[in-house]
Amino acid sequence: MDTPGFAKPRVAVHKFSSCDGCQLAFLNLGEDLLALAARVDLVHFAEAGPLDPDADVDIAFVEGSVSTPEDLGRIQRIRAHSRVLVAIGACATSGGIQGLRNGVFDAGWVTQIYRHPEAVASLERSTPIARHVKVDVELWGCPVSGPQVLAALNALLLGVAPRDDADKVCTECKRAGHPCVMVTRGIACMGPATRAGCGALCPGLGRDCYGCYGPAETVNTATLAAQFGRFGLDAAAIAQRFQSINSQAPVFLAAAQAIRGQGDD
Amino acid sequence: MTDKRSVAIHVPVLARVEGEGALDLAIEDGDITELRLRIFEPPRFFEKFLEGRHYTEIPDLVARICGICPVAYQLTAASALEKLYGVALSPWSRAMRRVFYCGEWIQSHSLHIHLLAAPDFFGCGNAIELAKQAPDEVRRGLRLQALGNELMDLFGARSVHPVGVRIGGFHAAPSPARVAALRDRLEAALPEARALVRWAAAIPLPADDQDFISVALRQPAGYAIERGDIAASDGLLIEPEAYGTHFTERHEPHSTALFSSYRGQPYLVGPLARLNLNADRLPDAVRALLDDIGFVLPSRNMFHSLTARAVEILLALTEALRLLADYRVPDSPWAPVTPRAGVATGATEAPRGLLWHRYEMDGAGRVVRARIVPPTSQNQARIEEDLRRSLAAFGLDRPDDALRLHCEKVIRNYDPCISCATHFLRLTVRR
Repeated sequence: MDTPGFAKPRVAVHKFSSCDGCQLAFLNLGEDLLALAARVDLVHFAEAGPLDPDADVDIAFVEGSVSTPEDLGRIQRIRAHSRVLVAIGACATSGGIQGLRNGVFDAGWVTQIYRHPEAVASLERSTPIARHVKVDVELWGCPVSGPQVLAALNALLLGVAPRDDADKVCTECKRAGHPCVMVTRGIACMGPATRAGCGALCPGLGRDCYGCYGPAETVNTATLAAQFGRFGLDAAAIAQRFQSINSQAPVFLAAAQAIRGQGDD
Repeated sequence: MTDKRSVAIHVPVLARVEGEGALDLAIEDGDITELRLRIFEPPRFFEKFLEGRHYTEIPDLVARICGICPVAYQLTAASALEKLYGVALSPWSRAMRRVFYCGEWIQSHSLHIHLLAAPDFFGCGNAIELAKQAPDEVRRGLRLQALGNELMDLFGARSVHPVGVRIGGFHAAPSPARVAALRDRLEAALPEARALVRWAAAIPLPADDQDFISVALRQPAGYAIERGDIAASDGLLIEPEAYGTHFTERHEPHSTALFSSYRGQPYLVGPLARLNLNADRLPDAVRALLDDIGFVLPSRNMFHSLTARAVEILLALTEALRLLADYRVPDSPWAPVTPRAGVATGATEAPRGLLWHRYEMDGAGRVVRARIVPPTSQNQARIEEDLRRSLAAFGLDRPDDALRLHCEKVIRNYDPCISCATHFLRLTVRR
């Protein structure tokens, strides 16, 4: 990036296969959205209006996963035109919920839903952005939050690396003083294996974390799976705990495969 | 049209819609020879990967179909499963489900009016430009949007993919102190919402009279949001279970969203369809404002959709305030659930219109088969029909840029959520 203050930084927001929910981190900023627009030049953000997908930018935020043949070329062009590329959300960092088709997808899926399957262009696998191009910053979460995106943007504008908290949801839960739902209610909570960042929202409501921020660092999925077994979950149900929003994140994928006792993908 | 030229316009991306689509328009010798709304949002195959999932996971999984209206997906699925499982929701849960849904209407409608639709009518390319012309109005809209988000946050802990819904009710009940604080702000927003309705109604709109069938949920009392039977402007009134016998879906090669039809015809769902069918169900205060500004219903002008959204923001604020007036924390925020095998069907009014879900469930509470019909695919055929008629009325001999802008305005009236329908818009005009 250029020296901050040298010129109004140019920012783009791109979308791949997704629910549009991570772009809402910008569109839901309320009046702060106008403050942001005064600080950066939003040169491409289709949902908000500006269209210039091939413009050179300082920072490109990319939502969504790569899932069509056309996506393969588009992500390369975005990378070539961006100084810093930030992948936002579960789709962009792990392949997202649509990654559940990976390994089980067959042509029958298309023909069951679409009468003209030849007209539907879809890759067999939904993959994260980093599988295709160099990603400078990954922001995990389904969805990422406004403060999370703004913190990263501010850091980048100041010329420093955004803080990357890969600790577990459990640490946020303890700090917030929530009773542990595993200990007090015997609920199969994914918090011990899940990356912090949401603020332990689910345990805060007395329910299980379902892993929407993806895997934390140094997790012990085998022990967690064994504990889920002691709560009465069978192997298929335990595997599904890891095979949800971030099913293709390597740590969760390996955990599910270990439980199912299969090494193939 | 004085000449016999054949012209092609190519617009690679339609901005300010949710998702990815394109429009092909061919005009030859002064006639439209091709008009297709092409939706090429990559399919995400939700119906397939829901198979085998446990009922307790469904609200969190289906929310991911749409970041803008996750509550609609969660509550449609929940109502379908609760009906199958014979769960009687407590009066508290029923009321709070409606409040939660009102939050999403306020958020989604405010976002659409101010960030997506209104810039068209002020000669602006986006809301940032509009904010220079109409700063107070845009800021008011963003505040209302934020308030809708807070109402969703109250029950769901966040507004995008909230985590509070469970089959049988909610995971937790918000504290009376939080509710009281938000209630004050909802009260303070009422005059802002009324001013928004007046502002929206005063925007000069094209006169565009078209005949179409409106379809929306309807209830014996109250404005249908989170429940109701399916009604059409030709007199149809059926339970959600009968949807499949009156409405059909087909796949056209130019779209990854399926096209719906009713008795072989396109039909309209969404805010204007709801107001057309349910004006008699509006609270008196909202009704009085409509009379005051001279908003006549039913309306056959799709450009009234923007005003209809403003009216529904006021309605949703009014409803949320009414239902939160005597708020108390219940003994339990959820009722126990016992799964059983069978077919679960549910329908609710998503911000963009009727949303219909059907799940075949096994005895262990797992999905055997799922079918989801989102509002945008129901509107898809109507959008194409509207574009044909509206362009003919507008004049096909106008310059390409004017035609393109008119097409985009027409399409945005429907607030298409292409993420839901699968997803973005490119316009190719050949003539």
